[in-house]
Amino acid sequence: MQKIEAVIQPSKLDAVKDALLEIGIEGMTILEARGHGRQKGHTEFYRGREYTVDLLPKIKLEMVVSDEMVEKAVQAILSSARSGKIGDGKIFISKIDEAIRIRNDERGPSAL
Amino acid sequence: MHRRIVKLVSLLILCMGSLLAAAGQTVAGSAGPTADQIAKLQAQVAAAQSSADNAWMLVSAALVLMMTGPGLALFYGGLVRKKNVLATMMQSFAMMAIITVLWAIVSYSLAFDSGTSFIGGLHHLFLRGVGLAPDPDYAATIPLQTFMVYQLMFAIITPALITGAFAERMKFSAMALFLILWSIVVYSPMAHMVWGKGGLLNAALGGHFPTLDFAGGTVVHVTSGVSALVCALYLGKRVGYPREAMPPHSVVLSVIGACLLWVGWFGFNAGSALSSGSLATSAFVNTHFGAAGAALSWAIAEWIRNGKPSALGAISGAVAGLVAITPAAGFVKPMSAIIIGLIAGIFCYFMVIKVKNWFGYDDSLDAFGVHGAGGTLGAVLTGIFASSAINPIFKDASGNPLPSGAVDGNWHQVLNQLVGIALAWVISIVGTLILLKIVDLTVGLRVTREHEVEGLDLTQHGEEGYDFAS
Repeated sequence: MQKIEAVIQPSKLDAVKDALLEIGIEGMTILEARGHGRQKGHTEFYRGREYTVDLLPKIKLEMVVSDEMVEKAVQAILSSARSGKIGDGKIFISKIDEAIRIRNDERGPSAL
Repeated sequence: MHRRIVKLVSLLILCMGSLLAAAGQTVAGSAGPTADQIAKLQAQVAAAQSSADNAWMLVSAALVLMMTGPGLALFYGGLVRKKNVLATMMQSFAMMAIITVLWAIVSYSLAFDSGTSFIGGLHHLFLRGVGLAPDPDYAATIPLQTFMVYQLMFAIITPALITGAFAERMKFSAMALFLILWSIVVYSPMAHMVWGKGGLLNAALGGHFPTLDFAGGTVVHVTSGVSALVCALYLGKRVGYPREAMPPHSVVLSVIGACLLWVGWFGFNAGSALSSGSLATSAFVNTHFGAAGAALSWAIAEWIRNGKPSALGAISGAVAGLVAITPAAGFVKPMSAIIIGLIAGIFCYFMVIKVKNWFGYDDSLDAFGVHGAGGTLGAVLTGIFASSAINPIFKDASGNPLPSGAVDGNWHQVLNQLVGIALAWVISIVGTLILLKIVDLTVGLRVTREHEVEGLDLTQHGEEGYDFAS
């Protein structure tokens, strides 16, 4: 089991969710986040002073999938979240030691 | 409104009807109504006029209170950081309660009792003698209590305006003590001089240096704005200013607040006619035109300078225009009001983005830039644009109107305006400095650095403005 964390542009959320649903991934956690990579912020004016706002709104998706699904999920995210511009985001993958369904204590890949 | 017109017309028809009936009953030989009947008729017409004036004045008083709460509370609240929103709103709200009691006890008397040319007496302590009968010196057709409560709303908003200068760093206790003292030492004397019986600057009641200030350009805006500057300089800058970005946490709240201020200002200016007749109309129209002119000129200036007109700029412009038109509202012609607005928008924009940064003072919410500077400008422009065709405030011995302002040929009035403005500046600076020192030595003015960083909502009031997780 592996965890996929994807930081994407907020405007791509619907497309990414649809793409993941199409390949059978329904469970995920979605967080509102702020951040930046190489993307510059924008300037705002307040009372004659110029400020750089570099904490940009992002969406972070987290999902844990079985090993066979990882590459399919990554491809789904890549194709739906990409616009070709700086600021598209990143995907990180890490190993998960255990997954447990709270309702009935089911463990392992069948709990996903 | 409709029902009142119907009532008034019915009353008049009734009067006419009873007059005709009485006339029909007279014995042959006497032709017209008796002196008794005429006196009764006059009393009824006077009562109708009084009714209309009092109705408008009570509505105006309510509108002016609305300017403080929630108008100013929202306007200022939106401009501060999230951690200070409640504390900021609380400062305005507290004035609604504190100044009311203070006014009833002593500060109404100090402002509006007759006394010297600088301050009133204590005859009206605890509102003694302030009943339902009119005082013809102030307003002949409304109860004195209406006048008192209307003036109270001005006394409430004036100190509330100052809170913009020391936002996000002043102790609640210190603020309350300072503004109570300020009301007594600065506001009441200034109100007395411009509007009180025997006041040095009172244009309507024969003051020595008649200053044309229809609704409080000097009394409210210059005093609060200049005092605000003194406070900002004395207290010093906020932690992190100007390095750190401190943008408003909710311009949405500020827009709502500014719109409430605009609408409420009709009570502030048009209500200062103290009657519901055509002078109120002039003031109403001028108020609206001044706001519109200034909103446009600030927004356009920003559009040219930054490439985009901001919502915050537009509403700040509107407020600047309302401030500038305040002394002029019942004296100028409508097109002059637009011009005053256009000038005020650009002037206050310049004050806020250039002058503030040149000197580097932290007038957090631009109380000086908008109210102090805008009020000063408005008072000067009043001396220029005041027209006796709108309001024959100066009359000669036989009651003929004399020239009002420069547009009438009376350039001398501009000098009188400068006297009033100078007096307002001096009393504000001196009074504020002394009171700040007193409060600093007794209670301490600023919160600690840690408390300022943590936020005033939590540290001063034990509350959070927004708890969306709950």
